[in-house]
Amino acid sequence: MRALSLLAASDLLPAREQMAFTLGFHIVLSCLGIALPAITLIANWRGIRGDDDALKLARRWSKVMAVLFAVGAVTGTVLSFELGLLWPRLMGRFGDVFGIGFAIEGLFFFTEAIFIAIYIYGWERLSPRAHFWTGVPIVIAGIGGALSVVAANSWMNQPAGFTLDRAGHVVDVRPVEVLFNGATPYEVPHMILAAYMVAGFLLASVYAVGMLRGRRDRYHRIGFVIPFTVAAIATPVQLFVGDTAARAIAEDQPAKFAAMEYVTETGANQPEYIGGFYDDGDVKAGIKIPDLDSILVGFSSGKIVTGLDQIPDDEQPPAPTLLHLSFDTMVGIGTALLLLGVWFAVVWWRRRELPRTVWFLRAAAVAGVAAIAALECGWVVTEVGRQPWIVHGYLRTEDAVTTAGGIWWTLAGTLLLYTALGVTTVVVLRGMARRWREEEIPEEDIPYGPQ
Amino acid sequence: MSDVVAAVLLTGATLYAVFGGADFGVGFWDLTAGGAERGEEPRALIDHAIAPVWEANHVWLIFCLVVLWTGFPDAFAAVMSTLYVPLLAAAVGIVLRGSGFAFRKVIEHLAGRRLFGAIFAVASVMTPFFMGTVVGAIVSGRVPADGNGDRWSSWTGLTSILVGVMFVASCAYLAAVFLVVDARHNDREHLALYFERRALGAGVVTGALAVAGVFVLHAHARYVFDGLVDEGLPFVIVSVLSGAAAVVLMLRGARRGVRLLAVLAVAAVVCGGGVAQYPYLLPKSLTVADAAAPHDTLVWLLVVFGLAAAIVAPALALLYSLHQRSLLDE
Ligand code: HDD
Ligand code: HEM
Ligand code: HEM
Repeated sequence: MRALSLLAASDLLPAREQMAFTLGFHIVLSCLGIALPAITLIANWRGIRGDDDALKLARRWSKVMAVLFAVGAVTGTVLSFELGLLWPRLMGRFGDVFGIGFAIEGLFFFTEAIFIAIYIYGWERLSPRAHFWTGVPIVIAGIGGALSVVAANSWMNQPAGFTLDRAGHVVDVRPVEVLFNGATPYEVPHMILAAYMVAGFLLASVYAVGMLRGRRDRYHRIGFVIPFTVAAIATPVQLFVGDTAARAIAEDQPAKFAAMEYVTETGANQPEYIGGFYDDGDVKAGIKIPDLDSILVGFSSGKIVTGLDQIPDDEQPPAPTLLHLSFDTMVGIGTALLLLGVWFAVVWWRRRELPRTVWFLRAAAVAGVAAIAALECGWVVTEVGRQPWIVHGYLRTEDAVTTAGGIWWTLAGTLLLYTALGVTTVVVLRGMARRWREEEIPEEDIPYGPQ
Repeated sequence: MSDVVAAVLLTGATLYAVFGGADFGVGFWDLTAGGAERGEEPRALIDHAIAPVWEANHVWLIFCLVVLWTGFPDAFAAVMSTLYVPLLAAAVGIVLRGSGFAFRKVIEHLAGRRLFGAIFAVASVMTPFFMGTVVGAIVSGRVPADGNGDRWSSWTGLTSILVGVMFVASCAYLAAVFLVVDARHNDREHLALYFERRALGAGVVTGALAVAGVFVLHAHARYVFDGLVDEGLPFVIVSVLSGAAAVVLMLRGARRGVRLLAVLAVAAVVCGGGVAQYPYLLPKSLTVADAAAPHDTLVWLLVVFGLAAAIVAPALALLYSLHQRSLLDE
């Protein structure tokens, strides 16, 4: 037994790093898989109504989708293997509880994979309207898939819907409670909105760069405006949901909240820190706003917030500084993106055109990467903040990890493989874009029509 | 109840063996098609055959994994913690295969296409091989119920290696038969001939391996062997007969029925194997009933499966029929 736990200890760190890295990679593709189809369909719809530029965009985006979907599917499959390979004792003990979310997810992925194939390959021979409608199930399946898989993650944060016997075996499962656990109502919408923000800002930033390089034709403007509008609409809602999430966490996962907000001692009148480093109970070099944290949590400076002093030593989340700075980065980026959207909306409302200054385009050009950064930071808060638990309150991560040994090697291999995969994806996509710019392929001139 | 879910799992595995198998096999023929020029025509047919459908075919694997870990979590944990190495290799194969294929399709210059084509093809052979070693390890009873079996010897036995090679061979057989029909469909007689020879070859090799398998199972996986010559026997007979009949029909130039028979040959053997090891999920160490999840989880799994049958099956049928009618061409 002792040998077993020693082995596990040496596997724990690389297993966590590997899980984090592969999830962090997959999630970017998931976002595109969830939201790109919807954005493409908007352009497709305008195209059917006679806008040839929009139609050309939709066709090209669907080709991009084909590549991204493939990479998303294979990296997602790796995750399914990893849940077992790295965390066999999580799956062995609780697979029958939170597995249900994944089972439903499988259903949606099927639908998604089928209709995405029909949509991508159906441009030539299907009638324009029929073709458009084959895209709709992709959008629905993307949202449904995100819902079910994030519900599984929410369950890890706020487990519910099962009964254990004395020996700790699951004896009874209530699937509805599992799926709609306490964290589902905020995690799921927060993630789906994040997907629309990431996909929208990222796609828009491609055309922002194009316009900065002088390609200011209508094609580029529309390519910018459609995804940017989608993302800009999602942003304010996202901030609202995020704020709700933070309040819920203060209630239900006090250790996570205390660490991410630097609440050291339980009590009222908690200050809010912006930035700063945590050093064994002290906060260094942050901006301190008195009472604000209590007000944000309970709408009153008298609100008592649980601090790290109330959390037993062996249940303290690691690295409060990491959590806090990640949280601040997410909120900061969210706020900046909100302002960018407002800028766009005001100018568009008054003049029906893009802001003229090159600074707007410059900001929009980095918005995509910024949204991805916010996404990753959010996940760091969620996942690292849950530590040392893998299932909050029930199973510690160190008790779930594999004892297979040699995970450092696996991690090294994974880093290499995924780096190659990521670089190749970007190179391939850029190659496609270059080709589209250089030679207008004749087939693209004839927008549509069964032959 | 747990038996019904086990049947669902077996159904998923069968569908993966058929659809995923044909997909992998296509990669085998891609690998062996020769240089860029000589292999151009068969590769174009291969590309055309799987481009729109490989991702959907592949979801059956996810389906099986999810049903296994939700319905039989202990078995999942035992398999994953024991067969770490071959499963990892299979996962790497899946990454390389899917991305290699997708990249090859959109890259224009020859060197890049060659590289990704090769990655796709090699991974198409490696993945089913390692999956086969996993199945072989389970069948020969080398996965202990509480997991953590030996990391190497569990899957390097004769049964594992043989099943691995057999997976590759039967994938190749299935794919070649599919490609013959596809080629005929597109009136490419010489390509049909090309794959006919290969289907025949793969069929013979698969048959020979099966004969060898009889002896290996007898020696190393006695429980499953006994099951195969008992409850499993009808399946074995169906498999042998339809496998042979498919080859005969194909050689006589038939267009209909060939594919169905080949599918039947593979499907029957997978089902037969499942039946043979019943009531064990992991022969001789863990039974279906002992590994099963609580009642409500199983009910939900069945509901999800029912929904899949109601929603996914028609959608899949639509996809395949559009593909067959060549409505999914770029
Ligand atoms: C585009 C991305 C994005 C943006 C702009 C924001 N978030 Fe976020 N946030 C995420 C993307 C994200 C995420 C990556 O999607 C997370 C990780 C887990 C989850 O459900 O969503 C997340 C998690 C997450 C959590 C932790 C949830 C948990 O641990 O269960 C909180 C408290 C917030 N967010 C709060 C906010 C606030 C107050 C924001 C702005 C004012 C904000 N988020 C903007
Ligand atoms: C819905 C899906 C998700 C599930 C089921 C899930 C599951 C897991 C599991 C099992 C672990 C390992 C155990 C642990 O450390 O607690 C983990 C860790 C981690 N995951 Fe998630 N995760 C999900 C989404 C994500 C995403 C999208 C990210 C993106 C970045 C992410 C980031 C991390 C990080 C950073 C860790 C390491 C935490 C640490 O060890 O300190 N997770 N996750
Ligand atoms: C928050 C977390 C996650 C989200 C939102 C998400 C979403 C998605 C989406 C939208 C796809 C479709 C492929 C694409 O569009 O590129 C996908 C693929 C996939 N994901 Fe994830 N995923 C998440 C985490 C996970 C985790 C933790 C697992 C596994 C345990 C997983 C397993 C899969 C699998 C197996 C596929 C492939 C499905 C196919 O072949 O079509 N995902 N994911």
